[in-house]
Amino acid sequence: MGSNYDDITFTDYTLGQEELEKIENVLEDDLIRSGVHSVLLIDMAGNIIAQRDNGACDHDLYSLAALASANFAAVDTMAKIVGEEEFSLLFHKGENENIHFSKVNVEFLLITIFGKKVSLGLLRLKVAEAVDKINGVWKP
Amino acid sequence: MAFVNMKSKEVQAKIVYYGPGRGGKTTNLEFIYSKFRERIKSDMVSIKTHGDRTLFFDFLPFDIGKIMGYDVKIQLYTVPGQVKYDATRRLVLKGVDGMVFVADSQVEQRKKNVLSLKNLQENLAMYKKSIFKVPLVLQYNKRDLKKEGIPLLPTETLEKDLNSQLKVPSFAASAVSGENVVPTMKKIISLTMASLQNVLK
Repeated sequence: MGSNYDDITFTDYTLGQEELEKIENVLEDDLIRSGVHSVLLIDMAGNIIAQRDNGACDHDLYSLAALASANFAAVDTMAKIVGEEEFSLLFHKGENENIHFSKVNVEFLLITIFGKKVSLGLLRLKVAEAVDKINGVWKP
Repeated sequence: MAFVNMKSKEVQAKIVYYGPGRGGKTTNLEFIYSKFRERIKSDMVSIKTHGDRTLFFDFLPFDIGKIMGYDVKIQLYTVPGQVKYDATRRLVLKGVDGMVFVADSQVEQRKKNVLSLKNLQENLAMYKKSIFKVPLVLQYNKRDLKKEGIPLLPTETLEKDLNSQLKVPSFAASAVSGENVVPTMKKIISLTMASLQNVLK
């Protein structure tokens, strides 16, 4: 095979300990303190990069990350089929818990789980701020 | 592309079971799940149709303990085998670190195995990955059907059809009885971890 094939290596991105701590601080300060129940930064393959919660959540996060990345990829493909670059709002509403998806960049997704006390508007604002900060930490 | 968390000393790697429809990919994961029930903390996730066919994928996270000081979490996935689900099958391959190709040993499935392997090669190429470089193990499944009098391809024929160029490790197996299911998994985990070793040093 030609040289345009990658070897299997670990990464299209590298995050050191310092960057991870910065990202975790963003998740804590911007989202958990705003009343979000749980927040996950995952990559498009479904790996968990960073995670924070309010201490009262007991979700199966590895399964959630796998499903969230697959869900996002499926919706993204649907967007392309109908001629959209992407769908900008991805949000699932439940009785007590809601899930919001936000693309951080080509590699990462931010998954936010929140309840009735946080409005969708405030959440979107907070998520947008967090996404900006995370992109500031992560320089390709 | 496995994720290595230097902070929590954790590695997450993705291993995908591929192969033709009704070949036994899901059954492989179900056997692993039942065999290691105490060690697998979460439930196996299956997205399937009412007819019990895999629609999107199965997912089984498996904590295999410490390697070189890192906590290694293997994420086992299957793809839907049916030809029509190629778009979703491709999505599951995103970021794959290792692959098991589950072939159906029945004589009448001979062509489907070859087509599915070719499909795997094409789908990997879309992620700029070569089937010759991805850690890969072949499994010749359903060997137990011989007892039922169902005609099976000799493993030599399967080797010739599927493995003459790849030359990767292969196992004759029965996912239903569990024969060689765990050795298949152990082999692909060790190949995958070997390919990640440079990162973990």
